[in-house]
Amino acid sequence: MNNILECRNLTKIFGTKKALDNVTLSIPRGRIVGLLGPNGSGKTTFIKLCNQLLTPTSGEILIEGKRPGVETKKIVSYLPEKNYLSDWMKVSDIIGLFKDFYDDFNAEKAYDMLKSLGIKPNDRLKSMSKGTKEKVQLTLVMSREAKLYLLDEPIGGVDPAARDYILDTILRNYNENATIILSTHLISDIEKILDDVIFIKGGQIVLAKTVDEIREETGKSVDSLFREVFKC
Amino acid sequence: MPWDIKPDRPIYTQLIEQIQLKICSGVYPPGSRLPSVRDLAQEASVNPNTMQRALAKLEEDGLLYTNRTSGRFVTEDTDMIKQVRKRLAEKHVQDFLKKMTELGFDYNEIISIISAMIKTEEMKHE
Repeated sequence: MNNILECRNLTKIFGTKKALDNVTLSIPRGRIVGLLGPNGSGKTTFIKLCNQLLTPTSGEILIEGKRPGVETKKIVSYLPEKNYLSDWMKVSDIIGLFKDFYDDFNAEKAYDMLKSLGIKPNDRLKSMSKGTKEKVQLTLVMSREAKLYLLDEPIGGVDPAARDYILDTILRNYNENATIILSTHLISDIEKILDDVIFIKGGQIVLAKTVDEIREETGKSVDSLFREVFKC
Repeated sequence: MPWDIKPDRPIYTQLIEQIQLKICSGVYPPGSRLPSVRDLAQEASVNPNTMQRALAKLEEDGLLYTNRTSGRFVTEDTDMIKQVRKRLAEKHVQDFLKKMTELGFDYNEIISIISAMIKTEEMKHE
């Protein structure tokens, strides 16, 4: 089976609001995929459904042929939109925690990456800025040797220089059999590293193509096409 | 020579052009070994699959070749590199002529501007 993720007629309704509306999608292995859409378009809902933090109203989602659950969590590395690390912890505590939790966690890699970001094992989260915490969290997520990485807004809260470092980190740690799905609205920063883009609007997929297909067919960058499609 | 990817054209065609340029200008000399796909992709901050696609095209054209065990190399055929160099030059001149025509210059005027500028440049270096 060549697709790491498939969903069929996936729908999620909150009260009267359709957050995801009949989404059918296949994502192959070995790709970097951008899930792009304006605020409230369903990006986070989709990612949460993949992680079993939400359950579908109807339709299904399969990761390596399995519904989200214990087995899929072993192969999916997830970066949530929010910070979930406890403030009292030291960097070394969190690394210990991740090592206990995930068989595929590579502590050595994590320490290496943190070192190049100037973050020390004894640093406490309490003493860190919001951006630094985000860097720590992304480091933890990318230090797993997972088959699917789901990154919800990985570059939202950091400065442009750190953004470059993070994209670099993603490229450097990218394993060619793994797939990365990342959601963002900062498109011009990331379009060079993407294979595929998915535009999502009002819970529906409006476009799914490769970056170079878009550039070839429209003569525009993904960023300018996005501005057109989602013009307010 | 930094990598410069413009937003309005396919990334993979731009990678092809820039690798050609690096080969013609001697950054990657004839017969030399290229960095790995991963390293090149990271250097250019592009997706490794896109870099791979560009390298495969250059290989198809004969400018690069793969040695099964030791990696990817620049061709030793210097005539081929010269041809590519000429093609790149023609492309630059074409773009230049197009812009100059848009500005309203005819070919004679363009030639006199170029000769005048070359003279000034030469004087600077004397």
